[in-house]
Amino acid sequence: MSKNASSSLLVDKYFYTHQFPTMWCPGCGNGTVAMATVRGIDRLGLDIDKVIHVAGIGCSSVAHWYTTFTALQSAHGRALPSATGIKLANPELTVVVTMGDGDCIAIGGNHLIHACRRNIDLTAVVYNNFNYGMTGGQVGPTTPLESLTSTTLYGNIEPPVDICKVAEAAGATYVARGAIYYIKELIDLIEKGVRHKGFSLIEVMTPCPTVFGKRNALGSAAHMWKAQKEFTIPVKKARDLTPDQLKGKWPRGVLVDKDLPEFTEEYAKLMARAQKGRAGK
Amino acid sequence: MEHKGKVTLMQGNEACAEGAIAAGVRFFAGYPITPSNEIANVMARRLPQVGGKFIQMEDEIGSLAAAIGAALTGAKAMDATSGPGFSLKMENLGLACMIEVPLVLINVQRVGPSIGMATSPAQADVMQSRYGSHGDYATIVLSPSSVQEMFDLTVRAVDLSERFRVPAILLADQVIGHMRQNVRLPAYEDVKTAYRREPDVPPEQFHPYRGDAKGVPPMAKFGTPYHWYANSSAHNEDSFQATSDFVVSKALIERLTNKIEKNRQEIVEVRGEFLDDADIVVLAYGCTAIAARGAVLRAREGGIKAGYLRPLVLWPFPEAEVKAVSGKAKAIIVPEMNMGQYVHPVREAACGGKAEVFSLGRPGEVFSSSEILQKIMEVKSVV
Repeated sequence: MSKNASSSLLVDKYFYTHQFPTMWCPGCGNGTVAMATVRGIDRLGLDIDKVIHVAGIGCSSVAHWYTTFTALQSAHGRALPSATGIKLANPELTVVVTMGDGDCIAIGGNHLIHACRRNIDLTAVVYNNFNYGMTGGQVGPTTPLESLTSTTLYGNIEPPVDICKVAEAAGATYVARGAIYYIKELIDLIEKGVRHKGFSLIEVMTPCPTVFGKRNALGSAAHMWKAQKEFTIPVKKARDLTPDQLKGKWPRGVLVDKDLPEFTEEYAKLMARAQKGRAGK
Repeated sequence: MEHKGKVTLMQGNEACAEGAIAAGVRFFAGYPITPSNEIANVMARRLPQVGGKFIQMEDEIGSLAAAIGAALTGAKAMDATSGPGFSLKMENLGLACMIEVPLVLINVQRVGPSIGMATSPAQADVMQSRYGSHGDYATIVLSPSSVQEMFDLTVRAVDLSERFRVPAILLADQVIGHMRQNVRLPAYEDVKTAYRREPDVPPEQFHPYRGDAKGVPPMAKFGTPYHWYANSSAHNEDSFQATSDFVVSKALIERLTNKIEKNRQEIVEVRGEFLDDADIVVLAYGCTAIAARGAVLRAREGGIKAGYLRPLVLWPFPEAEVKAVSGKAKAIIVPEMNMGQYVHPVREAACGGKAEVFSLGRPGEVFSSSEILQKIMEVKSVV
């Protein structure tokens, strides 16, 4: 479909409307991330039969309940290794993985590091809502210091992790951060991520008004969406700021974009060598 | 290199890997662990030669997850592990049962619990292989007693997993995995295994979780016009979420279990000797079966009417075969390298027959035929 395909056409093509309404709470940003993902994929004009959606477990990892892509709902934290098997077994497939912050970097943290390191051509869309929403708002690896959650009733004392920095350090060749308030930019970031050859990670900041917002007195859902204007900053602007000025602000945009050998392509070369009877280079 | 229809000296783990290649396995994910390492080592060399994919994953959990992903795309996939690794597989084993992914998982058993003894044999994962993941499900578990069977039963595990859309476990042990014996290898092109039944209706009429008469649904490859959803949550026949619907989830759990349990006559395989007139039957599996057969032969030489029953498939349990023995014999002895595991379903199946069931379960070294013969003599004096 065109870059500006109408929502209703997209909904008909990519969503099982008989599964609506979604389970997401009013004001949750997850539906926006799901729609941005669909729009990003749609722009590429791919054969939809060849696009596979892999999810872990959590509020984010229900997007595939509604989308018409062939999908795997894996075990909690195991979306990336499952997706790795899919992609390696059939490199013709476009594999898009959705995970939440806990799924991705707490229980699935080890897999994240190694998927990045391997530079396998998967696109991970990480919905970061700063807590475990589905289970009632427990502290997560991205929960800000001092925040109140159902398991940090006296304030969170664990410093949060920066998912994008971990992905970059581990070797991901495309890393971006988006926020649902900046929907057009988010669609662009996801489109680029899917297009990128190699491991792509797009962290998306998405508010959880029902549990995290309410418990931390962050205001209405609309207020939480608008607050993304305050605590995110375009990556180009961020480069001109001192660390002190950057405190409390998350750079938004493409953080890493480089071209390095991709795992399944390297594997194809390895197979060719093995079939010539040579053990290695 | 392919050994075409000849006799070759091989190690058990190597025979397992070659059996997998012969059976059409073209994806292997693994993680280093003793005493199963040689399986991954051989697969790393062989798979690229035959156009297959090998990956060493970051951990045991990831390797079974990757095998599941590969199987969904249509590949015959395998993973191999031991001891603590098998414990780490349990979550994804349950996932594979739930989403009905055919694959083969090898467990070369070592001494536990925990890290235990990495290089020593045990048979203490028998119950874990059947009940280790949470919730109700059924799987298929095969038990090789020779290097030849490491090859043959790997082939059979592939075949059964594909026919029943279920993970099949080859429950080997360190002795059989590391033993070297002559193996008669067939020409690989003559090795025939099933491939999952694919849908024969147009995509819009495809019900990914509607079982056939045996309870096995057709399976479409990921990446085809058959869009479906491999759903780890309770799901209906069309794979949609049914997480608050007991009617749907009950039907699903019953089908997942019954497609194995109700078709056990197609799966179960036992070998018996001297059963016609046996008073005392030794029921053994895996490496222990070698000593058990030796003990039975020696007992026969001594004039004792001993018999031998060996299940090659541990699960589903060979209920009819054990019942038949318990209806005639006076005693069944179950030697096993654990504190007594398989003896329990044997006792349950024998209940109502004539035979009394004796456990000879203990951890430690490999059984000798003398130890089992001694038990036969003891039992003879009380039955």
